[in-house]
Amino acid sequence: MTSKLPDAEALLPALAAELKARITPATAMIGLHTGGAWVAERLHPLLGLKDPLGLMDIAFYRDDYAKEGLKHDPKRTRIPFEVEGRDLLLVDDVLYTGRTVRAAMNELFDYGRPRSIALVVLADRGGRQLPIEAQFCGAKVEVQAGKRLRLKRAASGKLALELEDAG
Amino acid sequence: MPANPQLNANGELQHLLSIEGLPREILTQILDTAESFAGVTEREVKKVPLMRGKSVFNLFFEASTRTRTTFEIAAKRLSADVINLNVSVSSQTKGESLLDTVANLSAMQADVFVVRHASSGAPYLIARHVKPHEHVINAGDGRHAHPTQGLLDLYTIRHYKKDFSRLTVAIVGDVLHSRVARSLIHGLTTLGVPEVRVIGPQTLMPAGVEALGVRVFHDMRAGLKDCDVVVMLRLQNERMNGPLLPSAQEFFKNYGLTADKLALAKPDAIVMHPGPMNRGVEIDSPVADGPHSVILPQVTFGIAVRMAVMSIVAGN
Repeated sequence: MTSKLPDAEALLPALAAELKARITPATAMIGLHTGGAWVAERLHPLLGLKDPLGLMDIAFYRDDYAKEGLKHDPKRTRIPFEVEGRDLLLVDDVLYTGRTVRAAMNELFDYGRPRSIALVVLADRGGRQLPIEAQFCGAKVEVQAGKRLRLKRAASGKLALELEDAG
Repeated sequence: MPANPQLNANGELQHLLSIEGLPREILTQILDTAESFAGVTEREVKKVPLMRGKSVFNLFFEASTRTRTTFEIAAKRLSADVINLNVSVSSQTKGESLLDTVANLSAMQADVFVVRHASSGAPYLIARHVKPHEHVINAGDGRHAHPTQGLLDLYTIRHYKKDFSRLTVAIVGDVLHSRVARSLIHGLTTLGVPEVRVIGPQTLMPAGVEALGVRVFHDMRAGLKDCDVVVMLRLQNERMNGPLLPSAQEFFKNYGLTADKLALAKPDAIVMHPGPMNRGVEIDSPVADGPHSVILPQVTFGIAVRMAVMSIVAGN
């Protein structure tokens, strides 16, 4: 099964080329911890954006806190530019239910009012529970029931998509 | 060994009653989470929706301004509803028992009780009687513990010194009556600080304090030598004229932190104080306001630390 997964490394340049054509002077990028941050760290230098990359952890905006409590070790959100009036590229690794993106948009608006937000994902595995779609998508991946699609990063920095059993 | 009353069956933090007995992983989880909340408190919108719909009752049986206020700010920044009760001037004076007070508040749908009480152990008593979805945070009980102050001290030390494993930390003053000192000592030793010193007169040192893993000094100059962190304790006014101390002036001469005594510590040493400070008694104004002092940042960090504790316990 794993042989059918797309090569994450090969998806990156194509995604960057697609983004590059749509950049405005107001464009800035934010990656979502942890996998989305890895993807954003790779895309950001390819686009020549004037602002440093922003990184976000949506732990404090999750919709399952009442049930699950606080996940261990949330990372600190760091957005080193003004969000107000910007065209934001919000980057995640795998798009699934859409709940992470919902939480991320809520958090973003506590920083300011962006002019636009576009969603960039390395892979879309379907299964949406909210009306959220990616504007830029590296690949669509079919995932059978009981499996979860995850991005892994090797010590060398190489990114790879993998299937694991959903816990 | 009896189960730790602070942890649930999964070993997660259910109540915060004392730093003593908490594993290193939980202390680190709290400090890491606080670090993320510190980012929130620097934003324009200093609020996250995490505890929307939850009610936090600040139950202060003993006066406090700073601790109560920072708990209130922390709860509000988590979007919880906060109810402040100054119990010393309400039901208790009418004769209601501690557990009856709590049962009544529980009937008002509380999620978190933040408790300060003059009697050691009062928060434990409450924690044993609350419902499973209710959580207790000790905001200072008698001479026993003040865990969120200890945690904010640990957070401050980590913020400035990065790593606990090579530090020498001195805690100076009235260790005997200080719940802050006790909580901090447990935290420092759990996180692997190799040398914790306590400095003070014999009369203000608890018997057998060495058993906590600290070195005792009665000579402040010797004790401060090469320290990375100096934590000053408040000399409580009510004890000043008692039998334990000759006078405030005498205390300041021997144990007040002045620039020339601080010069014996490392050049990059930080000076901390849990507040409220008695200038000219345990600390000299030029030191309190000087470049080594991190006393006001401690207060700011205290908000993020209390946000972390509240959101962790209320989620477990």
